[in-house]
This record gives sequence, structure tokens and C-alpha cells, in this order.
Amino acid sequence: MRHLALTVALVLAGAGVPAASPGDMERVGPGVLRPVYAPAPGVTTVDVAAFALDRLPVTNGEFLSFVTGHPSWRRGRVARVFADDGYLAHWAGPVELGPDARPDQPVTRVSWFAAKAYCSSRGKRLPTEAEWELAAAAGDTSPDGAAEPGFRERILAWYARPATAELAVAGSGQPNFWGIRDLHGLVWEWVLDYNSTLVSGDSRSGKSADRLPFCGTGAFTAGDNEDYPSFMRLAFRSSLEARYTTRALGFRCAGDAEVASR
Amino acid sequence: MRVMAIAAVAGLLAAGVAAAPAATAQEHHHKAMEAAPPRGDSIYALSASLVDQRGRSVGLALFRSHPVLISMFYATCPDACPLLIADLQRIERELSPRIRADLRIILVSLDPERDTPDALQALARARHVDESRWRLLRAPEDTVREIAALLGIKYRRLPDGGFNHSSVITLLDPDGVVIVRDEGIGGLHAVLLRSLRAAQSAPSR
Repeated sequence: MRHLALTVALVLAGAGVPAASPGDMERVGPGVLRPVYAPAPGVTTVDVAAFALDRLPVTNGEFLSFVTGHPSWRRGRVARVFADDGYLAHWAGPVELGPDARPDQPVTRVSWFAAKAYCSSRGKRLPTEAEWELAAAAGDTSPDGAAEPGFRERILAWYARPATAELAVAGSGQPNFWGIRDLHGLVWEWVLDYNSTLVSGDSRSGKSADRLPFCGTGAFTAGDNEDYPSFMRLAFRSSLEARYTTRALGFRCAGDAEVASR
Repeated sequence: MRVMAIAAVAGLLAAGVAAAPAATAQEHHHKAMEAAPPRGDSIYALSASLVDQRGRSVGLALFRSHPVLISMFYATCPDACPLLIADLQRIERELSPRIRADLRIILVSLDPERDTPDALQALARARHVDESRWRLLRAPEDTVREIAALLGIKYRRLPDGGFNHSSVITLLDPDGVVIVRDEGIGGLHAVLLRSLRAAQSAPSR
């Protein structure tokens, strides 16, 4: 029901969408997510339907072929409302990677709009936050990594490291339970609904709470108090705007579950 | 406590990694001189297919050449959305007749499932909005997410079918470039009003 039969607007992608290639993706889920925030008062779990997720984050090489075919997404050409001045700034040129962006490293310094357009051009979409978190909750041998020794500690240790070191190539990490690599330990990743975390206006701007910055109730309450990695990601996402680009923020694409089963 | 902590962490992260320098006036000017519509710093760069409360197909730039106040809402919202519409109407009343006549107002629904043109039309009538200058718009879900991203509006669908969302009123210049964002629903909107009066007196291209 949520997918209405309204006009399909591939607004940022242009025409000519190739079919997603199943070999790049794995089926993830279905599963039940226990988010660090309550999505609504009294609700502590989110059911996530099965979906397909890219095995690896999108690389510089893949993104180069995208901007080569879609000139409006090249550095210097992209509309300023879609990407800030840092967009692909580490590339040697608009269609040249150079020494600071190897083809097999994950692409970073991409905005949400650009990531979204890339996925559309591949017949895919960005994963939702719930989908990404479900995939990322898996450990080496089970869908619930938190039950495996050292799982959260390893993630937090990565978060604590300064993001100054050269990025490893995509695929450096071990596949998790679902067969997905590099969800932790390489780059942060965009999700479709990055702008769905509502921090209260009170704490953010100091404005009086009676000004009702939000419609509805229960913007934020605690879930699993031990899940600091998810909490960190939530905080990070809530700081983002769609045109932002950063050195440590990349993305991967998702699709319907049938894509990975083909 | 948790809310405070998240805001603090978010602030640090934003400061550290999300350097988004604002465009200078000169850069805006140069962009304008290139005269390739729509401008790259205009939200009208998003090509979007929407439908208004009368069932007419429109694009996001339907009110190009006018100053525009744009926000997002949903028709069945019990609290903040009626306040949002009341605020917009109050802003209108405080403007001179000349400025008010030039101003256009766009409200994009967060809830395309329930906010059909008929539902939006009923709301427009119930709230006595001036339909010659107001449009209540429905867009596909994906386009809703993109428009919210452009306007810096956060939202989340709730299990009961409603939405949590931030209420931000954005003033656009006649080219669709953001002049100011106002998050103070129920407030005085002093900055918004000042900007509106100033924007109107500037020569439009």
C-alpha cells in the first residue's frame, strides 16, 4: 500500500535503467530489528521484510562509470542543491580518479542525492535505515552479532579511530552472516531515510517546547541501552543534510528480495 | 538525557565531517549570469511530478517568478499542521496587500497515500486558504523524500499511519533559491516577515 501507483518519477536518474545484476547482491532478512530509538510510543521492534543488498560498498571505479554516463552528476556540474563543494573533491578531475582515489576503494565524498541517483541508474535504490541496520546487526555466524563475543567492541574500536588513514579496498572485510562485507570498519553509509531521526527541537535549538516543532508524539525514547554502535550511527545520520559530502561517508545499494534470488 | 547526548554527538559529528560551505553572494551572481534555468542553487533543479488540490499536474517550479513560502504537512495531522497553516495565514495578514498579492504558498503532503487531491481540496476549503495563491500538493513517496531533503525537513511514518515531522517554513526567492528557513511554528516569524518584505523590494530577473 505504501508504494502507490502514482507517476513513477526517475527524476534524478534519467532514462535507460539497466536491470540490477544479481551477482553483486545478497538476500538479507526477513528479520526483526530492535532499534535504539522507539519508532513510536510503546513500539520496540521493527519488522523488516527480506530485501537484496549489495555485497560491497560502491567503489570509485563504479561511480566513475556512473558520472561518465551521467554528466549532470560530475564534479563541477552537479547542482549545488544536490551536493556541496566537497563532492568528489579527492578525485583528480571530474572524470579522473587520480592517486587519491583508487578504483577499488569505496567512493566517498558523495551526497545523498548523488548516491540515490547512482542506485536508480543501476535499477536499485538506497537501503532504508531499518534494512541497513538489520544487515549490520549480523555477526559472523548469526543474524544477531550482539550475541557474539567482541562484536560491538570491534565496531566501537573502529569508530574511535581517526578517519585519516587511507581507506582499504572494498571487500577487505569478512562476509557477515548474510554474506555482506564492510558494513563496519570501512566507511559510514547513506540510507534512504537518513532524515527520519527527529531530535527534539528543545535540545537542538533551545527553543521553547510549546512551539511544537514536531507533529505527533514520542520523537525519541530509549531502546537497547547497550547498543552504542547503533546509537552512534543514529547520531551521525541526524547530523547530515542531503547535500553533505564527507571523506568517510559512502553508500551501497539495495533492491527487492527477488533480485538476489534470481 | 539521551536526547541531549544525541544532540551533542550530532553536533560534534556535523562540525567534524560535514563541512558544507555556504555559497558566497559572488558565486550566486556568477551562477545567475550563466542563465541556465533552473539555477544549481535553486530547489527547482529537482524535476518532480506533483498533483495539486484540484487534480492538476504541476512541477515544483509552478510558482517561479514569485516569492514562495513552502513547507510540508499531512492533512490528518492533529497538532502541528493546523498550527502551520494558521501561521502561514497570519504571515499573509501581516504583509502589505501588494506583497501578499505576489506571494505564493506551497504545502507538500508527507502522506500521498491518504492525501488525495479530494482530501487536500477539502482541507483547503475547511481552512479557508486563498486557492488562487496556495497549492496543496501530492507527490510520489520517493519525491516526497527528495523534497523533504531539499527543505531540511525530517519525518518518520508512525505505525498508526501518522507522521512525526519537523515543521520548517522555507522562503524561496523568485528563482527558487532558499532565502531563509524558519522552524519556529507558533512563533512570531519576525525574520521570515523581514526577509519577505526585503525580497519583494529587490528587482527580480
